[in-house]
Amino acid sequence: MAIFLQLLFTGIGIGAVYSLVALGFVLIYRATNVVNFAQGEFAMLGAYAMVVLTEDVGLPYWAAIPVSLVAMGVIGALFNLGVYYPLRHRSFLPVVISTIGASILLTNSVLVGYGPAPESLAGMFEFPGFQVGEVFLDSQYLLIIVVTILLVAFQYFFFEHTLIGKKMQATSQDKEMASLLGIPVARMIMLTFIYSAILGGLAGILVAPILFVSVGLGSQVALKAFAASIIGGFGDVTGAIVGGLSLGIIETFGAAYISVPYKDAFAFLVLFGFLLIRPQGIFGEKVAQKA
Amino acid sequence: MTIAPKKLIPLLLLAAAASIVIPLVHPINGYLLNLFMQAATYAMAVLGLTVVLGYAGQISIAQAGFFGLGAYGVAIGTTMLHLPFLVALALGVCVAGLLGAILGASTLKLAGHYLAMVTISFQQILTLVLTNWISLTNGPDGIRSIPRPRLFGVSLEDSDRYLGLCLVVLYAVGVFVWWLKGTKLGLGMQAVRDNELAAEVVGVDTYRVKVTAFCLSALLGGLGGGLFAGGFGYISPDQFSFNESVVFLTMVLLGGADAAVGSVVGTALLILLPEWLRFLRGAYLAVYGLAVILIMVFMPTGLWGLLSKLGGPPRLRERDVPDVLTLGDPDAAQGGVLLEIKDLAKHFGGLKALDGVDITVERGKVHALIGPNGSGKTTMLNVLSGIYRPTRGEVIVDGVKVSGLAPHELAAAGVGRTFQNIRLFLSLTVLENVVIGAQRPHNSAAQTPEQVQRRAMAALEFVGMAARADLKVASLPYGHQRLVEIARALAGNPTLLLLDEPAAGLNLTEKQELVGLLKRLAGYGLTLFLIDHDMNLVEQMADRITVLNFGKRIADGAPADVLRHPDVIAAYLGEVPDDAAA
Repeated sequence: MAIFLQLLFTGIGIGAVYSLVALGFVLIYRATNVVNFAQGEFAMLGAYAMVVLTEDVGLPYWAAIPVSLVAMGVIGALFNLGVYYPLRHRSFLPVVISTIGASILLTNSVLVGYGPAPESLAGMFEFPGFQVGEVFLDSQYLLIIVVTILLVAFQYFFFEHTLIGKKMQATSQDKEMASLLGIPVARMIMLTFIYSAILGGLAGILVAPILFVSVGLGSQVALKAFAASIIGGFGDVTGAIVGGLSLGIIETFGAAYISVPYKDAFAFLVLFGFLLIRPQGIFGEKVAQKA
Repeated sequence: MTIAPKKLIPLLLLAAAASIVIPLVHPINGYLLNLFMQAATYAMAVLGLTVVLGYAGQISIAQAGFFGLGAYGVAIGTTMLHLPFLVALALGVCVAGLLGAILGASTLKLAGHYLAMVTISFQQILTLVLTNWISLTNGPDGIRSIPRPRLFGVSLEDSDRYLGLCLVVLYAVGVFVWWLKGTKLGLGMQAVRDNELAAEVVGVDTYRVKVTAFCLSALLGGLGGGLFAGGFGYISPDQFSFNESVVFLTMVLLGGADAAVGSVVGTALLILLPEWLRFLRGAYLAVYGLAVILIMVFMPTGLWGLLSKLGGPPRLRERDVPDVLTLGDPDAAQGGVLLEIKDLAKHFGGLKALDGVDITVERGKVHALIGPNGSGKTTMLNVLSGIYRPTRGEVIVDGVKVSGLAPHELAAAGVGRTFQNIRLFLSLTVLENVVIGAQRPHNSAAQTPEQVQRRAMAALEFVGMAARADLKVASLPYGHQRLVEIARALAGNPTLLLLDEPAAGLNLTEKQELVGLLKRLAGYGLTLFLIDHDMNLVEQMADRITVLNFGKRIADGAPADVLRHPDVIAAYLGEVPDDAAA
């Protein structure tokens, strides 16, 4: 039982990271109908930004976080201008390939600068965690879970109770109608990219002490997060969270009880199953049906 | 077919022959040779993507996986099972093709991003298996000393000769892929890519076409991979990873996804590029990623697309005088019932779009279906052409129950249709659009490819568009596109033609021309079932009118009686006053 609870805790912690990246996926997908295959690189860049700021620049840890997040916002804006905006009127394929290209560009730029050896980033807290009964609650995992809960609450408030959030929702539901109503669609999409990049960067910063900071961090997290969004249901915020958490749990238990080398395969097998049986995900209802 | 600059063909042939002969006569250094070998084998896999992505428009980010399956087939087959090279190659290619077909089967439910994700998952799982199934694949260490074959008593151990083999196979594959584009299957793929719904409705079994495309693509990937394994003698799982799949994808897009020659050129360029960018060494992949974005932004049609544009506008070909179009079914003169709709209902959740409608359409007559907006007319047409399955009731065409069949099966049963918002295959020429219509299964009027071409020209002549046969259909004005869509339906020699608001968006002159065309069709004895809002057109054309309102039939009979029926007037004027003017 103790092992079970311990695994559950770890699964939820790692699942929370997938959820954060998945949230970024879903936001961009809702605003642009495009899946951003470079979403994971935002996490990778966020983690590297912390490494640069704390080690090379010498900022204190807590000061480096806001600076990194601002940098991520700028990267999100540039990403929109360079990768999405010129292709906004084209079909999904060129945009998808373009985001894959961006992913290659970002990964390898970092590789040139920092090399393939992983960097390590300290956790946010000095103390390791709490012992509750037979379960050890690691402080970094606890932090991840708390931050995820706060962000979900913030996001709910933002989209349901602020004007700008509602404008962003309107943009995602019907761009043409939104622009007829005077909503600056291009600006809303820009905001979406900035926010998604910040979310992704934050996920990277949170997970870095657990997974090491390497150029592979992005693709490692992104594919899982993408799978999470499909399992939960694309275009649905709750879905991204539930999908991410389930994936983290499935993967942790799979690795513990079935096979460690095939740890990554469990996620994809579950995904396969969902795609074939319920492609709209747990919460989704609309898979594009044309007539 | 792309309008391939004809003058280039002899040049291409010459280059192909030279590339095989020169290394044999004048040996090149090992490093360069390896690059050529890589380019030749990669190009086969890229040609596979030309089929699945370029022709059929289905994304696949797993081509490196299929390449790997072919390579491991050869490696395991020769070094562990001690099979002859060619048998091992066939084994690898078959496994790849089989898995390709299985992957393609997921297109039944999935497209777009979801399909992309399935192919990525497949790729990732395959990489994991290759890395971890150590007893079979030797894990991350890979497999060494893979032998090369003997063919016709000649040993291909020598690298120059082996390269010759690869090039011969490559050119054969290239010619096959190029030839495929103009065949029935190839045109079906392009129809699926351009407009899947329209492809179904003109009789293309879109699901089978997509699975075939995936399977072919995987076969070619496996073939390239198998020869790659023989060429380099050593393989390991990281050569067939997700990143390589992206490289394959970039190669096909750089060359121009739907042109065989472009794919080969794109591959060669991207393999040689690192050599030319040697000074960038470390930053090479970053530049490469940037190049991918720039290609997407600035070269949507790839290199071959740019080249084709340089060739200027397409030249119109001289053609024989087309045949006279034969139309309608031979039983038309006998009269009787052709289409019987019994108690037909279609519900969308709580909305009863159609609620127990009965209609009888007589052979050789023009039957119009009218009603205010939202009365269920288009739903009716969508049920009749198989796009929707009815909730209740049945549809009988020519004595055969057809309700519940897929659209392509209905097309095969002789039901043709046009769409209110025209659905043509926009990247193809006028003639190709109509040829796809003429290729519908069981088309008694066009069974050989030769007859199909003649039938398509005859249909174009009938609607007055024969002179524009070689133009891209997207370049035509709206009114002409509608005529081409009608020609596409006629080329399939339907026994029943469904017309969804044929006059929508046409000006007065065009409408009169359309009425003339439809009257000629009726004169041939073709049974027409049409929806329109234009009462003038309906009154001129129809032998019989059925009126729908809120999913129920409110009147049925001769035009003069129906249009004066109080319920009909109430439906149009009493409830939706603006609609009559639409």
